Amino acid sequence: MTTGEGRRIRTLIVDDEDLARQVLREFLSSHSEIEIVAECANGFEAVKSVAERKPDLVFLDIQMPKLDGFEVLELIGPGPAVIFVTAYDTFAIRAFEVHAVDYLLKPIGTSRFEAALERAKQRLSGQLPPPPVQAMELAAAARPPQQYLDRIPVRDGASVFIVPVAKLDYAEAQDDYVALASQGKKHLKQQTISSLEASLDPSRFLRIHRSYLVNLERVTKIEPYGKDSYVAVLSTGAQLPVSRAGHARLRAFLDR
Amino acid sequence: MHPILTQLRRLVFYLFGWIPLAAMLTYLLAVPGGLTWWQAGAVAFPLCLLYAFVCLAAWYPCLATPLDRSSVPRFLFTHVIGAVVASALWVLVARSLGRMLSGSSEFRGIDSRLSEDLPLLFGTGVLLYLLAVGFHYVLLAVEASRQAEARVMQASLLARDAELRALKAQVNPHFLFNSLNSISALTASDPARAREMCILLGDFLRRTLGLGEKPSIPLAEEMSLVHAFLAVEKIRYGDRLRMEEAIDPSALDAEVPPLLLQPLVENAVVHGVANLVEGGWIRLAVERRNGLLEIAIENQFDPEAPRRQRNGVGLVNVRQRLEARYPGHASFLATSIGDRFRVAISVPAQAEDGRLPQEKTS
Repeated sequence: MTTGEGRRIRTLIVDDEDLARQVLREFLSSHSEIEIVAECANGFEAVKSVAERKPDLVFLDIQMPKLDGFEVLELIGPGPAVIFVTAYDTFAIRAFEVHAVDYLLKPIGTSRFEAALERAKQRLSGQLPPPPVQAMELAAAARPPQQYLDRIPVRDGASVFIVPVAKLDYAEAQDDYVALASQGKKHLKQQTISSLEASLDPSRFLRIHRSYLVNLERVTKIEPYGKDSYVAVLSTGAQLPVSRAGHARLRAFLDR
Repeated sequence: MHPILTQLRRLVFYLFGWIPLAAMLTYLLAVPGGLTWWQAGAVAFPLCLLYAFVCLAAWYPCLATPLDRSSVPRFLFTHVIGAVVASALWVLVARSLGRMLSGSSEFRGIDSRLSEDLPLLFGTGVLLYLLAVGFHYVLLAVEASRQAEARVMQASLLARDAELRALKAQVNPHFLFNSLNSISALTASDPARAREMCILLGDFLRRTLGLGEKPSIPLAEEMSLVHAFLAVEKIRYGDRLRMEEAIDPSALDAEVPPLLLQPLVENAVVHGVANLVEGGWIRLAVERRNGLLEIAIENQFDPEAPRRQRNGVGLVNVRQRLEARYPGHASFLATSIGDRFRVAISVPAQAEDGRLPQEKTS
C-alpha cells in the first residue's frame, strides 16, 4: 500500500451531488501526485469501483443513495485510506472509530482540505499507522448506542446485496465469515458472529450456539436431541443445534 | 382578600353550612340548657350568623401558620389563643343578646338562664372555631394545589408556545452547509451561477426568518417560500429533483400557518429524491373544497435506502402544530405504499380575518 516514486495516488471521489464532487476535483487538480481514477454518485458504485480500481485514497460522502458511507467502508475493508466528507458533524467520532484518515465538513476549506490530504499521504507512506485489520469489525461496533442494524450489506465481488434484518432467519459462523440465511438463500459476509450479534437487537436475535445466531420470530419449537442437547426448529424448516448455554438463554428469554 | 368573601356564591354556600351548626346549638340550648325551643332558636341562629363571620378571621392565623412549616407549640399556641378570644367574644355577644331579649315578655328570664349556660356556650365556641381552623387549612391546601395546577398549565402552554416559535424560525443547518458547499463549487466553474445561488439562498433565508413571527400567511406566500427552497435544491440536485404542482388558484388567498408546506417538501427531498440514484418526483396538490384546504404531497423514495438522520422540522412537528392550531378541525395522514410516500393534510380554509368558519357559527 505504499506509494512508490513516480506512482501516483489513485483516488476515488464518492458523493451523490455533482457540485460536491466538483469542489474536490478542483482542490485535487493542483496536486500532480493525485490521479482521480473514478467518481461515484452512490454507495453501490463506490463498492464496485473500489473492487475494480483498487484506489489508494477515497473521499467518501456519508449520506448517499443505496449505501451510506459507513456501510461502504465496512464493505470495502481496511484497504484504502478514507477521508469522510459531509455536512453533518455528528458522525465525526464514529468516523475516527472506523479509522478514517480525516473528516471534512462541508463547505470544505482549502487549508483544512490540504491538511487532510497530508494526513492521507502520511498514512499511505506508512508514517501513520494503518488501520487494524478489524476495521470492519469496528465499523459494525461503532454504531450509535441504542441503534441496532436494520439492514446488513453484503458484498459479493463487485456487487452488493442488502439483507434486511427483518428477513434474516439465522446466521451461521463459518471460519472468518458468517453465512446469513435469508429468504431461502445464504449470503457470506466477512465478519465474526460475535460482532454481528453485537450489532443486532438482542430482543430479536439470540445466540443459541457458539456458531448460530437465530431470529427469535422464526423459532417454532425446541426439541430435545439426544442427551443434554436440543435443536431449534424454524418456520422455514431449518433445524439448528442449541447448546446447553444457548438453551438456558432461550429459556430465560421465553420465561420473561 | 379572603377567598370566601371574593365570591357571593361561595359565601352563600359557607353560610348554608352553618345552618346545621345553628340547629345543633339550638338543641344544646334547649335540651341541656333549659330554654324553650323558640327561645333557643332565637338565640342560636343570630349567634351562629355572627360567629360564621368571626370564624372567617381564622383564615389569617392559618395563613400565618402554615401546617408544613410551623412548629407544633407555635401552631397550638396560635389557634388556642384564637379560639379563646373568638369564643370569649361570642359569649359576650350572647350575654348582651340575652339582656336585650329579656325585656320582651316571651323571653323573660332568659338572661339568667343563659348565664348558667355560658360554659356550654364557651365550649361550643372554642370547638366551632377549631372546626373553622381545620376548614381553612383544607381551603388553603385546595388553593395551593389549584395554583400549582395553574402553574403547570402555564408552563406547558409556555413550552408549547416556545416550541412553536422555534419550529417557525428553524432552518435545517445541513441544507445551509450543503448549499454553501455547492456555491463554493460554482465560484470556480460558474461564477454567475454561484451569485444566483447566493441570491436564492438569501431570499429563502429572509423569507423563513421573516415568517417566524407571523401567526398565518396566505398560501401564495407559503408557495413562494417553497419555490425559493426548491430553487436552491434544484441547483444541488439538478435533474434528479422533479417538482410537479397542481394548485387550485382559489386556494392561494387562504390563510395557513407559516412553514406548513416547506418542511414537508424538504422532507420529500431529503428522504426521497436524495436517496434515489436517478432522483424522483415530488407532487404537490392543493384544492379548496367545502371550506377546507386539502393538501397532498407525494414523493418517490427508496424503501431499502439507508436510514437517514432526522433533521429540522419533521412530519411529527407539522402534525403537532396543526393539532395545536386547529384542535379537532385538521387532519394529517402520512402513508407509504411501495416506493411512494404521501402526506395528506386537510385544514379549515381560513378567511383573511384569521377566524375559522366554524367559530363564526358557534
